[in-house]
Amino acid sequence: MDLYGELILDHSKHPQHVGLREPFGAEVHHINPTCGDEVTLRVQVTDGVVTDVSYDAQGCSISIASTSVLAEETIGHPVDEALETFLAMRGMLTSKGEDAGDPEKIGDGVAFAGVSRYPARVKCALLGWTAFTDALARSGEDISVVSSTAASRT
Amino acid sequence: MTAFTEDELARIRADFPVLSRTVRDGRPLVYLDSGATAQKPWCVLEAEQEYYSTRNAAVHRGAHQLAEEATEAFEGARATVARFIGAGPDEVVFTKNGTEAINLVAYAMSNAGAPGAIDGADPAVAERLQLGPGDEIVVTEMEHHANLVPWQELARRTGATLRWIGVTDDGRLEDPATVVGERTKVLAFTQVSNVLGTLNDVAPLVAAARAVGALTLVDACQSVPHLPVDVTALGVDFLAFTGHKVIGPSGIGVLWGRPELLAAMPPFITGGSMIELVHMERSTYAPPPQRFEAGVPMAAQAVGLQSAIDYLTELGMDRVHQHDTQLSAYCLEQLAERPWVRVIGPTDPAHRVGAVSFTVEGIHPHDVGQVLDDRGIAVRTGHHCAWPLHRRLGLPATTRASFSVYTTRADIDAFVTALDTVPGVFGLSA
Ligand SMILES: Cc1ncc(COP(=O)(O)O)c(C=O)c1O
Repeated sequence: MDLYGELILDHSKHPQHVGLREPFGAEVHHINPTCGDEVTLRVQVTDGVVTDVSYDAQGCSISIASTSVLAEETIGHPVDEALETFLAMRGMLTSKGEDAGDPEKIGDGVAFAGVSRYPARVKCALLGWTAFTDALARSGEDISVVSSTAASRT
Repeated sequence: MTAFTEDELARIRADFPVLSRTVRDGRPLVYLDSGATAQKPWCVLEAEQEYYSTRNAAVHRGAHQLAEEATEAFEGARATVARFIGAGPDEVVFTKNGTEAINLVAYAMSNAGAPGAIDGADPAVAERLQLGPGDEIVVTEMEHHANLVPWQELARRTGATLRWIGVTDDGRLEDPATVVGERTKVLAFTQVSNVLGTLNDVAPLVAAARAVGALTLVDACQSVPHLPVDVTALGVDFLAFTGHKVIGPSGIGVLWGRPELLAAMPPFITGGSMIELVHMERSTYAPPPQRFEAGVPMAAQAVGLQSAIDYLTELGMDRVHQHDTQLSAYCLEQLAERPWVRVIGPTDPAHRVGAVSFTVEGIHPHDVGQVLDDRGIAVRTGHHCAWPLHRRLGLPATTRASFSVYTTRADIDAFVTALDTVPGVFGLSA
């Protein structure tokens, strides 16, 4: 089926930047209580740049692959850029198939465009990303740009 | 011999309108999620419509003709439910669902110790309901959250200790004797596991509880839809089930309790319709079942549930059970031919009811469910509200196919055919 494109399968079988590493500014544990998927995720921010995202995840191919793409798209990027990426990713995932995603902004994230047609799976694809913004906030970063638009979108 | 002939099954299926719809770009719906909620036959929908269009009024309030007829309809439904489980009508309490029925007992137990909980309650009976530090509440490791969390909360509120009977690797209960003892005040267990499909042997559980004077509550949410259930034969003190899994409406559940226990139980939710006398300072309460039915009740749902039960009674619960056993056996047989599928729970269909849960090697259950859904097959994936059980089995989640009266072998054929495509989607070989 078309939901499981090659990119998603690749990322789920070979998750990038997987594992929990030091140093880290904050660690969070997020779960999806309806299905039991879990992710432990750490972020390290140095001088406004996301220098590491490390994680240990248990879940379906969508949630694992999406967390892998998250790490790939945010490590080495300034925090504000990473938050823009999050917004673009969330926008696409919650668009019910309207937004095909911009590869300039979300890279391999476009592979998840199909997920937006399956409301029950959107949470799977967002699990790692939501954990990431939470970890940023806990390490003292300002994430108001995503929380101010969050209420109406998710 | 099959429980229902081909013709009968075709007629049964024609009674359930939703079964004729298509899903996911025109594929026929193959509904294998009846364990989560069952579909409804026309007669149930019509019974609700008939109630609203001809007899709607506030039950037990008002003396006009409509109110009389509405009350009669509601109480008639109660009588049907009672007969269905071998009980007396005054022993049957309508609740919102099975979850609320279990909470009703747990809250009555935590309130039973309060001064003046129920005036005139038999002290010997009231004493059995009370618990505190040193007392034990026993559940099992295969419970749905609905029959676990209310007991955790009761333990927290009263200072009692929660203990549980373990589950074996093949999905059976361990010996209750190692856990049920002198301190046990209540033993709550499911008759049928919503995940494993295990049909628990109730007799030894009841015997263990009786030997120490503990109360028993059986969660019958997954048994009442599939097999004949009789409260006297079971010998339990309380039984709970939920309407929507018995091909009835949502918004209604049932608690049955022994009359002497119900009589000594304080109310759970209070307000109108459950009182005897109300003064500004305090009130006295109606006898059961009204004591436990505060507010205007769900009369239309009660009438719908009555119709569902009439439908099942007409089919014959023995045949419904036989049909279910045959489906379980066929499904197990089909899955056994696929070495990459691991079924959890008992291997003998005689020890099973209603559902078959499994995992596919190397593929997460959500992904399995997604591929099936794309082919029109509705199954449940996840922990099915039994997270501790999954932890016990070392599984994050499972995929579950579950059955009802309208399920056919053809449904199972469609399911396994679709299942065969799953490994390929993920680059594995079947
Ligand atoms: C075994 C079991 N117990 C209790 C329940 C609770 O039923 P309800 O959610 O309708 O209250 C369910 C189903 O959800 C169940 O399968």
